[in-house]
Amino acid sequence: MTDHTYHSASSVSEPRSTPGALVTLTESSAMPPYMQEAMRPVLETPRWWWPSVAVLSAIVIAGIGAWAVQVTDGLGVSGYSDKAFWAVYEADLVAFIGVSYGGAVVSAILRLTNATWRAPLTRIAEATALVTLPVGMLFIIPHLGSPWRIWELVWPPYWNLSSPILWDFFAVSTYLLATAVFFYLPLIPDAALARRWLGEHETSIRARVCRQLYTLIGGRWRGTPEQSKLLNGAIGLVAIMIIPMAVSVHSVLSFAFASSSRPGYLETIFPVYFVVAALYSGVALVVIALAACRRLWKLDAFIEPRHFVRLGFVMLAFGAAYLYLTFTEYLVDGYSGTVGNAAWVHQILVGRYWIPFWFYFVAAGVFPIAIMAIRATRTVAGVVTAAALVVVAMWVKRLVIVIPPATEPIVRSPLGSAGLLGGNWGTYHFTWEPVTITLAATAAIPLLLLIVFRFVPILPVAEMEELAMPEEGLR
Amino acid sequence: MTRITTDTGQIGAGGGDDLNPQVADGGKRHSGSLGRREFLLTAAGGLGLAALAGVTEELVGPSGNSQLASMSVPEQVATHQWAMVIDLRYCNGCKLCTAGCQAAHYLHQDQTWIRVFTMRNAAGDTYHMPRPCMMCEDPPCVPVCPVSANFRTDEGLVLVDQSRCIGTRICMNSCPYEARYFNWTSPLAVARQPFPQEPEWPVPQVEGTVGKCIFCAAMLPSGQLPECVTRCPMGVLYLGDLEADVAVNGIGNTVKLSEFIADNDGVKFKESYGTHPRVFYIPGHGQDLEADADAT
Repeated sequence: MTDHTYHSASSVSEPRSTPGALVTLTESSAMPPYMQEAMRPVLETPRWWWPSVAVLSAIVIAGIGAWAVQVTDGLGVSGYSDKAFWAVYEADLVAFIGVSYGGAVVSAILRLTNATWRAPLTRIAEATALVTLPVGMLFIIPHLGSPWRIWELVWPPYWNLSSPILWDFFAVSTYLLATAVFFYLPLIPDAALARRWLGEHETSIRARVCRQLYTLIGGRWRGTPEQSKLLNGAIGLVAIMIIPMAVSVHSVLSFAFASSSRPGYLETIFPVYFVVAALYSGVALVVIALAACRRLWKLDAFIEPRHFVRLGFVMLAFGAAYLYLTFTEYLVDGYSGTVGNAAWVHQILVGRYWIPFWFYFVAAGVFPIAIMAIRATRTVAGVVTAAALVVVAMWVKRLVIVIPPATEPIVRSPLGSAGLLGGNWGTYHFTWEPVTITLAATAAIPLLLLIVFRFVPILPVAEMEELAMPEEGLR
Repeated sequence: MTRITTDTGQIGAGGGDDLNPQVADGGKRHSGSLGRREFLLTAAGGLGLAALAGVTEELVGPSGNSQLASMSVPEQVATHQWAMVIDLRYCNGCKLCTAGCQAAHYLHQDQTWIRVFTMRNAAGDTYHMPRPCMMCEDPPCVPVCPVSANFRTDEGLVLVDQSRCIGTRICMNSCPYEARYFNWTSPLAVARQPFPQEPEWPVPQVEGTVGKCIFCAAMLPSGQLPECVTRCPMGVLYLGDLEADVAVNGIGNTVKLSEFIADNDGVKFKESYGTHPRVFYIPGHGQDLEADADAT
């Protein structure tokens, strides 16, 4: 661990650019003192790097193999049936696209609310969003019964514009583009800085390759006031645009479920419910990513306990909102007493789905609130533990959202047992194929992050330079 | 056979006057209800109208509306409007309809395109209820498909193009009758077929796509009854034609469709869902087919 924080370090960096402008990059301007730390993942190959990449790649390849088996033998091998027509892949799709929301929260919402403490976190948060979103989108492939016909989704003559799935496709694609732009824009001044820094410090082949990349991204960046104004304006615009886009993605994902007459899916609360769930799990994943990067690349001087505590409170707010939405949904549907709705609420609370639901309730409902409420547990370890539980429990909660209504009999044939639990309920049983594919997607996220940070500075140096001053004023 | 996904409009209007008001709407939409398509069109139109109102007036003038109307496709009236009548009074639950259907279409055991549910009425007695595809006039499965693999023919049949279906299964989500079945594994081996493989005769089924009851669409033009109707020894199942106002069962009974339904208090299943099914049930055991609340 370095013995100076970046705040004390930045206070000695001279000369400073004018407040509000990104760091001016002239030949005479000083290099930010934490360039070394920001570039360490790019230039150094720690002993754990290759073994980690190997293990994660092996899991990803196993997932691709499992998918190949599923394609060969049919979707039936993954535990599906006509009485459980949607299950794990639909929950995966929602959950993995959901965790990409952390980038939008940390970078867009915290930017628009002028939370300057976000600065050292933004690159990691945006990179996490950038890698989780395509992984989530890929779940459309195992979800489809005929994945070899996926091209039909991009073939306009076949489009049926009244289909919520097509809306999903448009919304998620647009959001992916926006996420990529949002990752790219703040990288421009960083790339220019990193390019110059590499020229001064490194002559290895890796450094030369990275210099080429940085020239491509930020080669024309001079840090002039006009450029800074333009870039700041662009980032601000995308930050504003990405929020309604993020809201639209999970709203539209929820329409695929809600635009039907099926009890448990036909819920007007679903769009809000899905968006809040995504924000919640997204912040939790950012916390985990930050903790991992901090540990692996020794970024303790930049990613401080206060960051975890503040993100913990953001997580708490979304978690409490989500708990409230869950409560209202179950209360109203259960209270209605109509057979269709009361039945699935009953099954979730005390019936066949009680274990996953109450796991969610404890792990992502009560536990994070308790962790943040008690001062003694409001620590890095506490917040990271809560975040890890939230990510897992919110995946489980998505299963609880997707599976019970899909297995509920809607033409009821109540021989044997009448009443709420009458009819032939379907069942979904996990098999090794979806488990492997889900694990592969989980492994793909750290794998892609390890690769991304071999090429881009892990700290947004220009943004940190810009934001250090007001933060010091507050301190 | 022309495939159109729009409504056929005034079909069955000829016999409409004779029908019980409950079932009289034949092809006509309830004037008070708003179908899915109308809902979307109204919403989109409302937005578009505000933007276009000024422009349109300038371009086509006040007579624009009538010009557009004269350019629209003339209303098409098909020769047949297929329907089904299921006389629950005589169903003994033998399930020969299901077996015949599965044999004819080479379906797996769990693919019950016509499924016989054993239900319980208000008095606690059991009765049997065959459920084919309802061939809805406003089918919820059609608008949700992202690649337009579901369609409704001008003879009122809702079919699946299995050469296009990508297997999202969102149509299975939207069907209130559980009438859709997915091909989770490879289909059974099929003997030489009398018809080419097409939506009207999807035999063999295609792995990774959705299949459903087709009213044996390929057999109807030559006057053959659907397999389930032929196989029913009790004469429960009738194939009907709203256009000719006639219905025929497998044991030689021919009835005037509108009178038969009116005289026997025919109802439709889950009519409150706005699907406007073309399957009429003749109850006889105190059934309430209005909603799924019949479980208790």
